[in-house]
Amino acid sequence: MEKQLYTISVYTENNLGLLNRIATIFLKRHVNIESLTVSSTEIEHVSRFIIVANITEDEAKKIIKQIEKQIEVIKAFYHTNDEAIYLQSALFKVKSKLLFEKRQIQNIIKKSNARIVTVNPEFFVLEKSGRKEEIEELYDGLAEYGIMQFVRSGRISVTKEEMKITELLEKELV
Amino acid sequence: METITKTKLPENEVKQELKKKTTVRIQGSEAVVRSLIEEGANLIFGYPGGAIMPVYDEFYKVQDKIHHVLTRHEQGAIHAAQGFARSSGKVGVVIATSGPGATNLITGIADAQIDSTPLVCITGQVGSNLLGSDAFQETDIVSISTPVTKWNYQITKASEIPGVIAKAFYIARSGRPGPVLIDITKDAQFDEFDFSYKKCEKIRSYHPVPEMDPEKVKEAAEMINKAKKPFVVFGQGVVLAQAEEELRNLIEKADIPAASTLLGLSALPTDHNLNMGMVGMHGHYAPNVLTNECDVLIAIGMRFDDRVTGNLDTYAKQAKIIHFDIDPAEIDKNVKTDIAVLGTVKETLAELIPLIDKNKNQKWHQEFHDLRKIEYDRIIHPQTKPTQEKLTMGEVIAAVNEQTNGDAILVSDVGQNQMMTSRYGKFNITKSKITSGGLGTMGFGLPASMGAKLGRPDREVVAFIGDGGFQMTIQELGTIMQTKIPVKIVVLNNEFLGMVRQWQELFFDRRYASTVMTNPDFVKIVEGYGIKAKRVSKREDLKDAIADMIASEDAYFVEVIVEKEENVFPMIPSGASVSDVRLK
Repeated sequence: MEKQLYTISVYTENNLGLLNRIATIFLKRHVNIESLTVSSTEIEHVSRFIIVANITEDEAKKIIKQIEKQIEVIKAFYHTNDEAIYLQSALFKVKSKLLFEKRQIQNIIKKSNARIVTVNPEFFVLEKSGRKEEIEELYDGLAEYGIMQFVRSGRISVTKEEMKITELLEKELV
Repeated sequence: METITKTKLPENEVKQELKKKTTVRIQGSEAVVRSLIEEGANLIFGYPGGAIMPVYDEFYKVQDKIHHVLTRHEQGAIHAAQGFARSSGKVGVVIATSGPGATNLITGIADAQIDSTPLVCITGQVGSNLLGSDAFQETDIVSISTPVTKWNYQITKASEIPGVIAKAFYIARSGRPGPVLIDITKDAQFDEFDFSYKKCEKIRSYHPVPEMDPEKVKEAAEMINKAKKPFVVFGQGVVLAQAEEELRNLIEKADIPAASTLLGLSALPTDHNLNMGMVGMHGHYAPNVLTNECDVLIAIGMRFDDRVTGNLDTYAKQAKIIHFDIDPAEIDKNVKTDIAVLGTVKETLAELIPLIDKNKNQKWHQEFHDLRKIEYDRIIHPQTKPTQEKLTMGEVIAAVNEQTNGDAILVSDVGQNQMMTSRYGKFNITKSKITSGGLGTMGFGLPASMGAKLGRPDREVVAFIGDGGFQMTIQELGTIMQTKIPVKIVVLNNEFLGMVRQWQELFFDRRYASTVMTNPDFVKIVEGYGIKAKRVSKREDLKDAIADMIASEDAYFVEVIVEKEENVFPMIPSGASVSDVRLK
């Protein structure tokens, strides 16, 4: 079976130690986590993990089952890139004088739909959200002029299908 | 209007009054002890130390309600708790201090996790103000135990104690059982709060038993009814679900030959006419070979461990697979199933049996009996009724069977002693085979036998241990002495780490690297602990020694000097197919 990027979404109770517990499931199988985002969700006290890993579908299925086995995990899903709507955010810190000296930079910014977050005499900060490739394209464009700092977030995603976590939880409370 | 107010007020007051009565202001340490009593935990194994002293102080006050067994090492405590849980079916409770006390539990926790044993482990922790400061005996036991616990939690506030302990017992025993660990900071043990106790019955994110799908049960029944060569392999799930009767009813109704995994042993009496023995690396010849001949393999409460399946690429490829299990994560984990039936096997088998046609499979049975005859002539007979000079492990186990009539709980350690006990032990009653299966923990046997005996004082408990494993937890003789636990201990001494030596003989050209043991005088050591002890090295002395051991009211030790280079056969070499099981 071929490996590909899977987005694993996990709805959990907001409890201490769960990040460790979920991470060990990947480590036990010698699977590297490509990116990880943990955040609150639309439901109170419920957290959502979004984990991206390069694995086979069989591995994804087994990992999901092991994650769901954890006491405080409400539900886990895996999706291919086609089944999810996802993006990442990135920040670029660049010397301000480049903005004035290199006209090309202004074109790159315009073309990439990046947003200027802040400008001061020394540097300016660009924010770009999008697919990994779009962020990489902007990175490549700016790199030849010099990037002072660069940071990219983990993937965040929502699924195309309905997840029904609220219903699931309500059912459990009855 | 006025009357309404008047009737309402007393009601509220009654509620207030009730609340007052069910809560009481106590320290966290007392809350731990009261919570344990609420859960019916009247037997606890442990070892005290600085960070758990407040709880021990409370144990001192409730000695009439809680019997605390002081072991000689925390590993001994947890294996004893495992033995207790396995013989009694109750949750085992272990308590230890922070740091080394906690880390010494880890082997037992990992063992309980892989063998689905319900345990509640309580560890002391440094004060919450010291967490992360590398304080004396501080260790991050929550992180360390995470991959080997079903659940764990660190309590830093006294008020959390009853709720967390209630949750811990519920999680440990429900669904597929397992170990949980609660780490309690010292300040939480000292702080006062209003205590009240409520048992946990539900956790919204936790589904201990998946819903049974009657359609799947129907499909399974149809497949079994059509089968010409059905074969049941059952595991510990049958014991944990208390489904021994259902298993028996199923195989008797459809006349299906059945074989056990290592941990499933004793769920079906050894001499039941449909019991074909044990599958796996050192299991019986017939069920291993015929795994690759059956047309429907019905797996009940087992997990297709690699020691059962051998090479997965050649495992039962000709057969349709039906898997009954409580844990969805076990479905398709190792062996792809055609029909998966989720739920407790007690419930799913009960649903299945009425749909099963009565059947007779005489010709199919004959295949088992033919192979069994080969194994009997070539292995079982020479090993249990030997003519050679030196004693064999098999004849020692046979001698114990004779004295106990197969009614004893047989505990084994790990290695050749374990496989011989599993192959030759006779079991009439369920929960009679206690051993470390998945983890293969040497040193398990002696402390587990203490727990097994305390869990079932009415039953005879005999431990079979090798000279290697015995020395891994030999200090527990002190616990047996102090607590006067009447366990019977048989050390099968071949002056080798026998199983590793066997592999060295077969696969490493007899290069016996670090498997030769120079042993002390075990009888003297055991006698030093005030336990009756005997050494047997001649066949004519064996029967009497075993008879004396079984007749003893107290703990009793028999060391048997056995053939040094005996091998366990049949054997499926690592990575080979089950049907390539070797007889020599």
